[in-house]
Amino acid sequence: MEQRLQGKVALVTGGTSGIGAGTVRRLRAEGARVIFTGSNQSAADGIVTETGAEFIRHDVTDAAAWGGLMTEILERHGRLDTAFANAGTESGDGSIESITIEGWNTVIGVNLTGVMLTVQHAMRAMATNPGGPTGSIIVNSSMNAHRAMGNFLAYSVSKAAVVALVKSSAVHAGNRKYKIRVNAVLPGVVETALIANLIDKSGDPVATRAAYEGLSPMGRMASVEEIAGMVAWLASDEARFCSGSEFTMDGASTAGMNGV
Amino acid sequence: MESLGSHRLQGRIALVTGGLRGIGLACVERFLAEGAEVVLTDLEAPDGDLATATLARLGQAASYVRANVTSEEDWATLLARVEQQHGALHILVNNAGIDLTGPVATTSLEGWRRIMSINVDGVFLGTRAFVPLMEKSGAGVAGGASIINVSSIMGLVGMSEVSGYNASKGAVRLFTKSIALEFAEKRMPIRANSLHPGFVVTPLLSAGFQRWVDKGIAEKPQDLVDMVAAKTPMGRLADPSELASAAFFLASSDSSYMTGAELVIDGGWTAQ
Repeated sequence: MEQRLQGKVALVTGGTSGIGAGTVRRLRAEGARVIFTGSNQSAADGIVTETGAEFIRHDVTDAAAWGGLMTEILERHGRLDTAFANAGTESGDGSIESITIEGWNTVIGVNLTGVMLTVQHAMRAMATNPGGPTGSIIVNSSMNAHRAMGNFLAYSVSKAAVVALVKSSAVHAGNRKYKIRVNAVLPGVVETALIANLIDKSGDPVATRAAYEGLSPMGRMASVEEIAGMVAWLASDEARFCSGSEFTMDGASTAGMNGV
Repeated sequence: MESLGSHRLQGRIALVTGGLRGIGLACVERFLAEGAEVVLTDLEAPDGDLATATLARLGQAASYVRANVTSEEDWATLLARVEQQHGALHILVNNAGIDLTGPVATTSLEGWRRIMSINVDGVFLGTRAFVPLMEKSGAGVAGGASIINVSSIMGLVGMSEVSGYNASKGAVRLFTKSIALEFAEKRMPIRANSLHPGFVVTPLLSAGFQRWVDKGIAEKPQDLVDMVAAKTPMGRLADPSELASAAFFLASSDSSYMTGAELVIDGGWTAQ
């Protein structure tokens, strides 16, 4: 593996499973020091042992705990170069007719407010980096930012909203003359453990798998590693002129009219 | 850069149109540094000064073919040459392009047809010529073959007195999405994506700025560079190597699930 991230310090939220865990592995493999957050201690312990990344138990929606988290990262490593705002949920989501206020608040709290807090605290930390304000902030949006799902209202709204959050934050960084880049990744359907579990537990796993795979004209889902490779590219100096942009990796799911 | 010379494109064959200058040349250099063999094309004769000097510098893994991207005949010759010399093509960068500025009311049909011919016909003809070979070649490599079409942020947003260039680059954007869907649906191992550079320090940009100076829009080209830099959130123009790094990502297996996508590399220009 290339060592494009040697010397860089990276934070990954929601790093204990799925795209987050895959990204922790990839960033470590490319030489970064990685701190990841989440709530699943046993999953975290396994990733720590496997990769040498550090785990700090933290909930992205806990605004009061963000200061302590960043202080701990800066005390341990002296800088922050990459933040991957990845933590997300669909828990409690529903359609415009069915969603409860509790479900709405949960999804928006994690997927939008949690992302805002991640970008805010990452940028504040990066602004204090020795040698000047530098870094790469990457937000995990979704192809659903552009193709909404009728039964996942809050998820679709939150994923569209974070794209605007990314653009505003990128423009702000420019206004402040920071060399801090902010970009969004928009994955298609990714074969995470969560999706694999949904397939297994559905009444007809074969048909359910085919339905997920059929969302992409390529006829398959993305692997976690494929998304992680894009995040690593954005984290690296390879992407040093990229800011305020959307990086879609969805096997052409949103290139045409099929919808999702 | 740490990853330069990582040889991740070892064994891959790449073709870059408009390869003697700017973004095209930067792609050629990057692919070579990653271990690929690269065929580059441009309009200059093979024994011309720029072609000779460039090829001497690039070394044995690069070869030059004079080809006009608007000519079906040139594409047929190019295909025959690539098949004979390399037997495969994994990476096609349809980069050759020109610009056109001025009020729509005074744009000549000749000028309009010329930019459409180079910027749009050229991309179509290159794709059409090489898809069969790339389909065969792509089956043998991780991530498949990769077509990289150079559009522009002017393929995403309009600009006053840039109608011809806007139209041509917008065409490249949607042409790319359509072929991406076609290849994916037919399970052909070819991915297709568009690159959307913002303002990049290239000979094309310098020539365009000089024309604006000649028209009295600015006193000197540097004033225009400063103006563009000031309007870019990142506060500067791009270096061609910063587009080549995106082309390399699209050429490599790291982008194996990316097709029909737009890579906007503009220092935040279109975010604001």
